[in-house]
Amino acid sequence: MADRAQPLSAWPGRTAAIGVAVLILGTLCAVALRAEAGRGLGPSDWAALRFTVLQATISAVLSVALAVPVARALARRRFPGRRILIALLGAPFILPVIVAILGLLQIFGRSGWVSQVFLSLGLPPLQIYGLHGVVLAHVFFNLPLATRLILQSWQEIPAEQFRLAAQLNLGASAMFRLIEWPVLRHSCPGALAVVFAICLTSFAVALTLGGGPRATTIELAIFQAFRFDYDLGRAALLSGVQLILTAGAALLALRLSRGGGIGTGLDRSLKRWDSHHISAKLADVAWIMLAALFLLMPLSAITLSGVAGLLSLPDAVLSATLISMAVALASTAILLALALPMAAAVALGRGAMIEMSGILGLAASPLVIGTGLFIVLRPVADPFAWALPVTALVNAVMALPFALRILVPQARAVVTRYSRLSLSLDMTGWQFTTIVLLPRMRAQISFAAGLAAALSMGDLGVIALFADPDIATLPLQIYRLMGAYRMQDAAAAALLLLILSMGLFWLLDRGGRHHAET
Amino acid sequence: MLKLESCTVTNSSFTLRADLQINRGARVAILGPSGSGKSTLLEAIAGFRDVSSGRILWKKSDWTDLAPGQRSVAMLFQDGNLFPHLTAAQNVGLGLRPTTRLSKAEQDTVDTALTRVGLPDMGARKPSELSGGQQSRVALARALVQQRDILLLDEPFAALGPALKVEMLDLVAELVMETKTTLLMVSHDPEDARRISKQAVLVADGTAHAPTGTETLFANPPAALRDYLG
Amino acid sequence: MKHLIFAAGLLGATSAFADTPELTVYTYDSFVSDWGPGPQVEAAFEATCGCDLKLVGVEDGAALLARVRLEGANTDADIVLGLDTNLVTAARDTGLFVPHAVEANFTLPVDWADDTFVPYDWGYFAFVHNADAAAPANFKALADSNTKIVIQDPRSSTPGLGLLMWIKAAYGDEASMIWDALSDNVVTVTKGWSEAYGLFLEGEADMVLSYTTSPAYHLIAEEDASKAAAPFEEGHYMQVEVAAKLASTNESDLADQFLNFMVTDAFQSIIPTTNWMYPAVTPASGLPEGFETLITPEKSLLLSPEDAAAVRDAALDEWLTALSR
Repeated sequence: MADRAQPLSAWPGRTAAIGVAVLILGTLCAVALRAEAGRGLGPSDWAALRFTVLQATISAVLSVALAVPVARALARRRFPGRRILIALLGAPFILPVIVAILGLLQIFGRSGWVSQVFLSLGLPPLQIYGLHGVVLAHVFFNLPLATRLILQSWQEIPAEQFRLAAQLNLGASAMFRLIEWPVLRHSCPGALAVVFAICLTSFAVALTLGGGPRATTIELAIFQAFRFDYDLGRAALLSGVQLILTAGAALLALRLSRGGGIGTGLDRSLKRWDSHHISAKLADVAWIMLAALFLLMPLSAITLSGVAGLLSLPDAVLSATLISMAVALASTAILLALALPMAAAVALGRGAMIEMSGILGLAASPLVIGTGLFIVLRPVADPFAWALPVTALVNAVMALPFALRILVPQARAVVTRYSRLSLSLDMTGWQFTTIVLLPRMRAQISFAAGLAAALSMGDLGVIALFADPDIATLPLQIYRLMGAYRMQDAAAAALLLLILSMGLFWLLDRGGRHHAET
Repeated sequence: MLKLESCTVTNSSFTLRADLQINRGARVAILGPSGSGKSTLLEAIAGFRDVSSGRILWKKSDWTDLAPGQRSVAMLFQDGNLFPHLTAAQNVGLGLRPTTRLSKAEQDTVDTALTRVGLPDMGARKPSELSGGQQSRVALARALVQQRDILLLDEPFAALGPALKVEMLDLVAELVMETKTTLLMVSHDPEDARRISKQAVLVADGTAHAPTGTETLFANPPAALRDYLG
Repeated sequence: MKHLIFAAGLLGATSAFADTPELTVYTYDSFVSDWGPGPQVEAAFEATCGCDLKLVGVEDGAALLARVRLEGANTDADIVLGLDTNLVTAARDTGLFVPHAVEANFTLPVDWADDTFVPYDWGYFAFVHNADAAAPANFKALADSNTKIVIQDPRSSTPGLGLLMWIKAAYGDEASMIWDALSDNVVTVTKGWSEAYGLFLEGEADMVLSYTTSPAYHLIAEEDASKAAAPFEEGHYMQVEVAAKLASTNESDLADQFLNFMVTDAFQSIIPTTNWMYPAVTPASGLPEGFETLITPEKSLLLSPEDAAAVRDAALDEWLTALSR
C-alpha cells in the first residue's frame, strides 16, 4: 500500500486518535500527579487483577463463541419479527447497570422465574451468585453486541461468494471453512477484544453477581483507592494496569485479524442457498430461540416492573429525559467526528496506533477520566457548567471502540476498491469523502450512530461526578429515585429509558437495517 | 510525446525497467506474458505506482511526481470502473467535475457522451441495472468527457463476449481517433492488438521494450513472446 | 434544541444574582434530588437569608470528602454537608474545616460534642425484613439461621461500612468470628444501598441492611406496613450525619448562618420524610405520624470518629477474609 497514492489523508484520523489518547492518558496523568505518597499495589490488588482477567477472558470467549451461531442463524433466516429482534439485541447493552442487574435477577435470581420453575419441579433454586453469575451477566450484556458485530461482517460477504458456493455445492463444513471462517477470523478477534475490555471495567455487575468480595475487580479496587483510601496514586496505577491489559488485548486482536481482506462484490441482495437442510434449519431456529429467550426475558421483567408507573412519572424524570436526548445527540455527533476520520485512516493502512487509541476508551475507568477531567478543567472553568458537554464527550469516547469495529471493515473495503478509480478522476479529500466514502458507508454509519446514541442515553458516564441538581440525565435520575426508595418510579423511568434508547437506535440505524435486510 | 526515461518501477515481487517513448495520438498495445508487469507499466504511467528512478514526461511536463488525477490520463480498470451507488449519468459526470450536482451545460455534455457510446436514456440507471457491456460503455463515456490526452485500458473488456469485445474495441478506436487521444491498451489477445493498434510494446523479463510495429512484432516474435503466443 | 439545553445548563450553573451573596454547599446526591430534602431546604433558607443557596450534589459521603480533598484550599464550597462519623477523622485531618459556633440541644441518643462538625440527622442501621416473617434477634441467631441477607460493600457504601463498625462495636475482637459465621447467610454484596434494597424488594434475600427508619417510608409514603426492622439485642450502630464550614469560605457569616439554620425546626422538620432519618434536634411539632411505629433500640452503638478511623482498615481485612472464602 505504501507506494500507492491515496485518495485521503490520514492526518484528520491521526489527529482524532491523538486527541482521544491525550484525553485518556492525560486524565490519568492528571490524577497521578495529584497523588500523595500511597502504598502502591498490595496483595488484594493483585487478587483483583487475577479475578478481573479471569472473568473478562471467560466472558469474552463465551460471548463471542455463542454469538457466532446466533449471527449465522440470523444472517441466513428470514422470519417475521427478525428486524425487531435484531434491534432488540442492542437493548441489554444500553441499560443502566443497576437496572440490568435487577432485570437479570428477576429471571435468574434466588426467587427469579427460573428458580420458581425449579422449585415447582422440586429442585433447589438456581444458584446464580459466583463466577458463573458474573459470566452470565456479562454474556447477557455482550452477546448481543458480539452478535451484531459478527452479523455485520457476515453481511459484508459478497453475494457472489455464496452464489459460487452454491454452484460448487459446498457442504456446511466446506462453506464454513472457505467462506465463513475467513470472515470470522477477521471479525472475531476484534469482537473478543472489545468484550474483554468492557468486562475489564466491570464493577457493580461483577460484585453483585459474583456474590461478594471474591469478585473484586480492578475497577472496584480503583473505586476503593479513590473513595475509601483516597490514594490517587494507586487509583492511577490500577487504571494504568487496565489500560495496559486492554492495549495488550487490542494488539493481539489486531495481529490475529491481520491479512487478506474479503473479496468485493456489486451491490446485490444477500441470498443464500445453503440453508435448506433440515438440520441447519433446526439448529438455526434453536439458536435464535435460545438467544431471544435469554436476552428478552430480563427485558420483559424490566418492562413488567416498569409499565405500571409509566404514566405517572414525576416531571423531574421528563426534564431529565430531554437532557439525556440532547446529550445523546451531541455525543453521537462527537463520536462520528472522531470515528469517521479514524476509520478512514485505519483503512488507509496506517491503523495500528489509531485502533489502539480507539479501544482505550473502553478500558479507561470512568472514575479516572471524570476525576482527571475535573482536575484539568477546574483551574480554567466551572466544572459544573461543563457537566453536559463533558458527559457527551466521554460517552462518545466510550462508544468509539464499537464505532470503529463497525466502520473500519467497510472503510477498508471502500478504500481498497475505489481509491484508484477516484484518484484517476482526481477525486480526493473532501470530494472522495462525500461522493464515495460516506455514501458507501451509510449503513455502517447509521448503525454506529444508533449505537452511540443509545449507549449515551443509558450510560451514567461522568455526570454523577459533575452533576448540578438542576441538570440530571435520565440514568442519574433513576439512581436518585432508587436512592429515595422510589423503586416503582425508578422501574418506570428505566422502562422509559429503554424505550427511548431503542427508539433512537431504531431511527438512526434504519439505514443500517435496510442493509441488514437486503 | 509520452516519454519514460530510464524508469524503474519496483513492485513487491519484481522490478520493471522502461525506457521508451510513445508518439502523440498513437494506439499502442501492451503485450506480454501474464505477470510480466503490463498492468504495472500502466499503473506507473497513471501515477498509482511511484517510479523508484527515472522520469515520466508528457510533452514538456514532468509527471514523475504528479498525483494520478493531475496527469492528463484516463484509465479503465479490469473491474470496479463504476460506483454502484451512483447513476450512470452521475458516474459519467464525475469525469467532468468531482461532484454529483452538475450544471445544465454539464448534464448536456454527459447526455451527449452517453448517446455517443450508444446509451441514450440510460443515464438514470444504477450500474447493477446495466449489463456488462453497458457498464463498459458508461465507463467509456466518462473517459470521453474527461478529455484527457492519454487513455489507458487495463483489459476492461476482458469479461465481455468476443462479439461485444470487438464492438467495444471498435468504439474505442473510433473515439480515440475522433479525439486524437493517445491509447495504451493491455492485451492478451493478438487479434485485439492487431485490430486497433499499429504499434505494440512488449513487456517481458522485467523490461518494457520500445514500441515496434504490431505486425512486425508478430511476424518475428522474440523468444518471450513466442512462448507466450505458443 | 440541544443548544438551548446546553445554554440552560450553563446558565443554571453560573447564574449567581449579581448582588446577592451565594452560599455553596456540597452534599451527597440524594440530598439534592427532587425527592430529597434539598429543594425544600433551599427554599426555606433563601426565604430568610437574602442569599442564593447553591446545593451541589456529589454521589455519596465518601465521594464528597474526596471531592473536597481534590479541590483543597481553593474549593468552591463554603459548607460540606453529608459526612458521617466514619469520615470525620479523615475530614478533620485535611485541615480544611474550621470550628463552628452552633448552640443546640441535640436529641441524639448519644452525647455529641465536636467543635467542627455539626450533626443534622442520624439513624440506626438495621436489617429490614418483611413484617410477616420472623427475624433473628441478634447476630449470632442470624448466623445460626438460614436467613439470607444482602449487604453493601464497605469499600463503596456508607451502610456497608456502618455494618462493619456495628459488628466491631458490638463484638470487638470477636468480630471476625461473627463474620465467619455470617458468611453463609450473605447472598451477595452490592456496590451501594440502592442495589441491595432493590434486590431485597425483589425477594432475593430475607433481610437487607438498611435503617430502622426504612419501614417509615413504606408506611408513610406508600401506606404499606409490610416492612419491619429487626431489633438486635447487641444494640444498633448509629449513623450521624454532619456538616462543617470550610476554612476557605468567602461567606463566613453566611456559612455560620446556614449551620445555625440547620439545627432549627425549619430545616429539621424537613428531614424525616425526605431523608428518612431522625432529625438531630427534634422539632417542636415532634416526629411525623408513623415514626412512632419504628423500633427504638435499647442500646445505641457508636464508635468515636477517632476509634472508627483506627479500627477501619483492620475491620475491612477481617470482612474481606471472612467473605472471600
